[in-house]
Amino acid sequence: MRSTTPVALFTAAVLAAGALTGCGSGSGADRNTVKVAFIKDTNNRVKVRDDYVALVARQFEKANPGKKVKLIPVQASENDYYTKIQQMMRSPKTAPDLVYEDTFLISSDIRAGLLRPLDPYLKSWDGWRQFEPSAKAAARGQDGRTYGVPDGTDTRGLWFNRTVFAKAGLPADWHPRTWDEVLDAARTIKRKVPGVIPLNVFTGKGAGEAAVMQGFEMLLYGTGPDQLYDPAAKKWVTGTRGFRDSLRFLDTVYREKLGPEVSDALSPNIQTNVAAELLPEQKLAIDLDGSWLGQQWQKTGGTPWPQWARTLGQAPFPTQAGAPPGRVSLAGGWTWSIPARAPQPALAWKLIETFQSKANALEWCTRGAQLAVRKDVAADPRYLTSVPGIGFFTQLVAVSRYRPALPAYPQVAAAIGEATEAVTAGDATPEQAASRYDDTVRSLTGGAVLTKP
Amino acid sequence: MIRRLLRWSPLAPATVLLLLFLAGPVGYCGYLAVTDTQLTGQESASFVGLANFRHALADPEFRNAVLLTLVFTVVSALLGQNTLGLALAGLLRRASRPVRTVTGAVVITAWVLPEIVAGFLLYTFFERRGTLNAVLAWLHLPTQDWLFTLPILAVSFANVWRGTAFSMLVYSAALAEIPQEVTESAEVDGAGGLRRLWHITLPMIRRSIGTNLMLNTLQTLSVFGLIWALTRGGPGNRSQTLPVFMYDQAFVKSLIGYGTAVALLLLVVGALFSAVYLRLLREEV
Repeated sequence: MRSTTPVALFTAAVLAAGALTGCGSGSGADRNTVKVAFIKDTNNRVKVRDDYVALVARQFEKANPGKKVKLIPVQASENDYYTKIQQMMRSPKTAPDLVYEDTFLISSDIRAGLLRPLDPYLKSWDGWRQFEPSAKAAARGQDGRTYGVPDGTDTRGLWFNRTVFAKAGLPADWHPRTWDEVLDAARTIKRKVPGVIPLNVFTGKGAGEAAVMQGFEMLLYGTGPDQLYDPAAKKWVTGTRGFRDSLRFLDTVYREKLGPEVSDALSPNIQTNVAAELLPEQKLAIDLDGSWLGQQWQKTGGTPWPQWARTLGQAPFPTQAGAPPGRVSLAGGWTWSIPARAPQPALAWKLIETFQSKANALEWCTRGAQLAVRKDVAADPRYLTSVPGIGFFTQLVAVSRYRPALPAYPQVAAAIGEATEAVTAGDATPEQAASRYDDTVRSLTGGAVLTKP
Repeated sequence: MIRRLLRWSPLAPATVLLLLFLAGPVGYCGYLAVTDTQLTGQESASFVGLANFRHALADPEFRNAVLLTLVFTVVSALLGQNTLGLALAGLLRRASRPVRTVTGAVVITAWVLPEIVAGFLLYTFFERRGTLNAVLAWLHLPTQDWLFTLPILAVSFANVWRGTAFSMLVYSAALAEIPQEVTESAEVDGAGGLRRLWHITLPMIRRSIGTNLMLNTLQTLSVFGLIWALTRGGPGNRSQTLPVFMYDQAFVKSLIGYGTAVALLLLVVGALFSAVYLRLLREEV
């Protein structure tokens, strides 16, 4: 009998704890409190977003006496964060009033009915007119309604090393107009500057969504209109020449050894490798990468490199054969959204307005190395001088495309990652990998695809 | 009847906890496996019967994963950990005390390291610019790039490195149980080392071998962190064993239902291995 006592006590404790917490969370609704859920970096030393959110919350409380902001930072990797907020938003007991949503997955959450359309609020908000059209489209659902206000974006382009370019006899104001010009520059570097990797294009599953977005889609979106998804037919597209050509580009880069060693290119560490070693150590000549790279080399970044602004140049990535507009960029970013089951939607909207006032939007862009989505912020001198190169990448916002905002996108992206990996590793020809991708997309969508030549 | 209930009553809390925390998730797992539940992008899940299992059996990726799992298990658990563990245990019995202490400590350190730490250590060891290549280059031997060229072998070696200590401990205990007289009388009869091993040692520790094989196999079948840290199942799918495949489907591709079905099939593979070992154990010499 004695030996079972601890077990019984333990059971009682567990049951009691369950009952108590179950009770507790139910009575938390308070008409004067607005709850904000956002992602907190897994690295405890990175507090950029936490500090900024806290700053805005204090401002809001001061401007709205009697109202309180309750911050719910979720410290997790991005995937775990998505799962966590999706679960929170499922029940009115736990739904926050304001949630920070990645544009990568927002369409899935719209489809699952977790978010509230913001159109009634947007109609009467002056600030919305300041937003770039592409940014306005970032959180638009398939029903045409808008489900989030973006707080910044990022774009992609070519970073090149002027020192290496000089050695190879290439211009310091390099501006390639076609894919072939990019490849030719890489071939020249391979010939004239041995020991330097000519060109990095992210590929494969290791780099995850970075390879799909910074790598493959930068190519694909330059091959012609609607090579991935046809918005008119509302169908995913298969069998396109653009898809095969993009894979062929990767094949050329890695077969001609213009890129990093294949085993390095496919390693999950390649992104860190490029930003923290290859570029600062001048071992990489051209890198197709994101606008945020500079923050890594600032005094406050992970790998301080004072000369980077002079050594590295930027150029837009060209379309395949130079077709207008002549440059390609993809944009990502996050939005503030209101869950469908939020207890205080009106108050949450007021908080969004505070977050996206010009002053606060500017504050966030300079703190978080974000590209402005508001035109007035983008023109502000304080913003344009915050990080070298930010002007260049901000220009690209105008031509930037967002990924298809569709529930199936994450799965399609995974299939693209597999196709690029197979080609890069030499396991499949571009044609084989493309037809395997077509099969996968067909089975994902239950056959509802559009086959294009 | 009432007496029986009374007798069981002290065990009631334990039973409830077991049902709640062990049987509960297993049951829920079985339920998920017959639905098309997704992590996101779906309004509601529906019952699909055995479609997930049919899909798995027809999926070349799944068959590839099963094959790689078998290779990984046979190479790293049966051949690697098991044999090396027995050899180490045998050698250490004859070794001097300091050698025994140092070797034991080193081997067991590899075992108690958290899986992910071991994964990163071995990554820096096998990587193209890693320790192994530095040593090989210093010895003027050809270098390797196994994480890329032979990933399944690299992860198998990694698993051997990490798991041998367990077998060594099991066999050390088993060898200590062999009565001295038996070995001595065999020696007097003129049996050499190999014959003693084959005719005396192995038969006497037969049960330990069976238990060890079973535990090794079950542990190896579920290895995930080590492979994930080393190769993420790549390049391509050349080191994608079943647990990695399952994770990829369930959490990268958001197909929770399908991933769960694969998990249940992994359970079947484990059960098959166990059945074989149990059968071997039952046979008397």
